[in-house]
Amino acid sequence: MATAELTASDYIQHHLTNLTLGWLPDKGLVFAHNAEEAAAMGFWALHVDSLLWSIGLGVLFLIGFRKVADSVTSGVPGQAQNFIEWIIDFVNENVRGSFSAKNDMVAPLALTIFAWVFLMNLMDLVPVDLIPWAFGQFMGLFGADPHHVFMRVVPTTDPNITFGMAIAVFFLVLYYSVKIKGVGGFVGELTLHPFGKFGLPANLILEGISLLSKPLSLSLRLFGNMYAGEMIFILIALMYGHNIVLSLGGGVLQLAWAIFHILIITLQAFIFMVLTIVYLDMAHQTDH
Amino acid sequence: MNINLTLISQMIAFAVFVAFCMKYVWPPIMKALDERATKIAEGLAAAERGQQEQEIGRQKALEEMKAAKEKAAEIVAQAQKRYNEVMDEAKRDAQGEADRIRNAAHAEIEQETNRAREELRERMATLAVAAAEKVLEKEVDASAHKALLDSFAKQL
Repeated sequence: MATAELTASDYIQHHLTNLTLGWLPDKGLVFAHNAEEAAAMGFWALHVDSLLWSIGLGVLFLIGFRKVADSVTSGVPGQAQNFIEWIIDFVNENVRGSFSAKNDMVAPLALTIFAWVFLMNLMDLVPVDLIPWAFGQFMGLFGADPHHVFMRVVPTTDPNITFGMAIAVFFLVLYYSVKIKGVGGFVGELTLHPFGKFGLPANLILEGISLLSKPLSLSLRLFGNMYAGEMIFILIALMYGHNIVLSLGGGVLQLAWAIFHILIITLQAFIFMVLTIVYLDMAHQTDH
Repeated sequence: MNINLTLISQMIAFAVFVAFCMKYVWPPIMKALDERATKIAEGLAAAERGQQEQEIGRQKALEEMKAAKEKAAEIVAQAQKRYNEVMDEAKRDAQGEADRIRNAAHAEIEQETNRAREELRERMATLAVAAAEKVLEKEVDASAHKALLDSFAKQL
């Protein structure tokens, strides 16, 4: 919907700005009206849209699964239970395949990651303008200018969300590394391989990079894929409203990209889950 | 793309969700799945047992049937033998009875014949005497010539 008074770059900029709640020195606690204001709020600001969608979808996932778990039966399962069991079986198989130690937390963690990330990614398939437009109109009822009301519906295109999850996983990796191997064992793992004790600095650099790359690769892979995917949806949306040929072409492209994207969102959720399992498995390995 | 408080909020939300999932979602469903696996294993084992039992039962039934057949054949053979015996005995009895009846009839006929012959002879003697009396007209004394007449009658 690139309207006349709105340039393409404005449109893109609008779509990539979060609904940010934060403290401005001259205005107090407000929602940012543009990207500059959002940036000026610094660290102590909240992306209300990302958080609401993320937590909302997480709660949706937990409610759905909890409902089934409440009435679960070992007899003939109903349709809902069948579906949930299918997912649980899938996650459980992956955990059993990649995780050799014994830890009751890993499988529920993997399930939470897979289902939650999948749901957040799934928001990408909602037409890009639908929810922001509806939200802008809704806020317009309260006197806000729809052009300065931001709404990003795909939480995984917000690095805060992906980094938040990846850092939480990283903390778990650190925690279990220390718990299983002891502080000495963990430090030894970081410093005594692969060159022996005389190559200590080189070891520390190599192992340190390999350790720190874990959360980075986890979060950046998911963020990058989803951000790029959303960007393409936005660019395709720019084709609408110019003329009939471009609009039809845009429709075809959007459909094709959405179908391809179904694969990507599932794959990214799956990769996040599998890598988490693998990293935690490595944290549980004592023989290095 | 500002990194801000959202990140920490997301971490907290993540931790809460994982804890909830670990406590209230995963264990009951896993328990049900394990229970079902046990149930299915038990069912399969029971089916196998049933099949084995059926096989044993079939064998037993076959054996019983074979034994019954043998017994039936034996009974039939015995019955056949007994039938033959009864038939032979009946034949023998009937033959004996027939012989007896025939012999009795023969004896009776013989007796009758003898008696008739005796009677005929006496009558002829009387008749001859009467005829002779008529011819001789008192010339012959019955008592005097009785011995003569008797020898005469014996020659008839």
